[in-house]
Amino acid sequence: MTDLTRLTISEARERLRGKEITASELTDAYLGAIEQANPALNAYVTVTPDQASAMAKASDEKLAKGEGGALEGIPLGVKDLFGTEGVHTQAASHILDGFKPRYESTVTANLWADGAVMLGKLNMDEFAMGSSNETSHYGPVINPWRAKGSNKQLVPGGSSGGSAAAVAGFLCAGATATDTGGSIRQPAAFTGTVGIKPTYGRCSRWGIVAYASSLDQAGPIARDVRDAAILLKSMASVDDKDTTSVDLPVPDYEAALGRSVKGMKVGIPKEYRVDGMAREIEDLWQKGIAWLKDAGAEIVEVSLPHTRYALPTYYIISPAEASSNLARYDGVRYGLRAPGKDIVEMYENTRAAGFGKEVKRRVMIGTYVLSAGYYDAYYIRAQKVRTLIKKDFDDVFSAGVDVILTPATPSAAFGIADQEMTADPVKMYLNDVFTVTVNMAGLPGIAVPAGLDGNGLPLGLQLIGKPFEEETLFQTAHVIEQAAGRFQPEKWW
Amino acid sequence: MSVDLATVKRVARLARIAVSEDDASRMVGELNAILGFVEQLQEVDVDGVEPMTSAMPMAMKKRQDGVTDGDKAGDIVANAPATEENFFLVPKVVE
Repeated sequence: MTDLTRLTISEARERLRGKEITASELTDAYLGAIEQANPALNAYVTVTPDQASAMAKASDEKLAKGEGGALEGIPLGVKDLFGTEGVHTQAASHILDGFKPRYESTVTANLWADGAVMLGKLNMDEFAMGSSNETSHYGPVINPWRAKGSNKQLVPGGSSGGSAAAVAGFLCAGATATDTGGSIRQPAAFTGTVGIKPTYGRCSRWGIVAYASSLDQAGPIARDVRDAAILLKSMASVDDKDTTSVDLPVPDYEAALGRSVKGMKVGIPKEYRVDGMAREIEDLWQKGIAWLKDAGAEIVEVSLPHTRYALPTYYIISPAEASSNLARYDGVRYGLRAPGKDIVEMYENTRAAGFGKEVKRRVMIGTYVLSAGYYDAYYIRAQKVRTLIKKDFDDVFSAGVDVILTPATPSAAFGIADQEMTADPVKMYLNDVFTVTVNMAGLPGIAVPAGLDGNGLPLGLQLIGKPFEEETLFQTAHVIEQAAGRFQPEKWW
Repeated sequence: MSVDLATVKRVARLARIAVSEDDASRMVGELNAILGFVEQLQEVDVDGVEPMTSAMPMAMKKRQDGVTDGDKAGDIVANAPATEENFFLVPKVVE
């Protein structure tokens, strides 16, 4: 019998509907794989076998009657940032110890309503702050990929490192993730998976632990472009509970696959050719250009002059919003409480004990840039630069460009506890140099695997679209996928 | 701009995070590295530019001013470290 965990969502969907396999068999296959692999990969922070089996059984009853939703019986993993009723939800932080919400996030509720099965909660950087999944209270996630002939452990990227590793390592059919500066696209690129951050407002943020509210967006990580399209269709919705949810119907993204890109105008931003960019990244980009040209697209050079300011802008705006959002963790309403001689000392001791180093660093930066005397010089200025970054994209799109092609990351996956990265926080931040502009402008972006580097590690390309034109991204990413092929790690775990 | 030890301690106090002397000294270097990195924004000409306050240009949705939720005190205090009769318990704040 074939290993059921190797099926993509679209393949599993067909077999479930054709009654060749059952949701219970598929779920058991994943639960077995998790049990065997999780000690090595550390992708899950909690597994929910009872819930998974009950959901699979309910799916089988529907499927037997020829009923069921778009994801009926498909086993998924959920990033620990999503509120799941009665189930571990801690944003991989110590400060939310024991927190089990009495509500379900809109995105996960949408998935369960469509018949998906929950396998458990996935590891991540604490409060989604990180690019390597090393800031988690639960320890780092290990990338299923290794360099050729090496057994050195690599990071899966972050902050959705558990999601990316679980999808690449066949520990779920697909996963939810979130992206504030690149947290879906960078780990997708590091693991040879597909990740899309939709337009701001496409997926409801309700019930997701907030990091930087004006930037946070949920999206899927999947094995291929079709699966990402299937998942996003179910995750996205119009939601009255999120005032930034945009009132537009959710299209059938899967229908965009296979459409020709003939005549499409693809922009190549010259500012993304950054100093010291690795030869392999440049070559990959050129390959992507050639594939789209061969498929009939028109390639044009474009300029996004404020690109280099996006990352510094991000490191003012996101910590500022985080310092406000994380003020709620005070030892009163949920999670950890550390005693103190009075209430203020209780707050201070709780937050000192509950937050990890990177979270403290960002809360401190945010507090500083919002404090009296610095607000205008840092925060207001950053918001103005954000306007300019968005205008760069508006200008390019209004000049007739349909989609922008860039590399997804400046390198392939690096080692766990990389010395340069741990010694210099700014070096770690540079991982998001190609992805963060998209969050600043609220645009959709997709990372799609495009090849392997000299060490056999996956590299990804990124496509950036106009607001709410995710269909164009799926359509174009599919062309790249067809040309590049798909990439899977060799099982060592 | 850069921060010194006294500023780090003041910011930690504002952020309600207890820091040891060692933590604070380490943070001086870390925060200055980040502040040094964001310093380059000072060179951008932002004259006459509006600050961006919404990722999508849209009017904020407003709901009807009516009671649509409530009556779930038990749910609200369910995850609290210390409660009594649906109240959160905290150390004494008033003498």
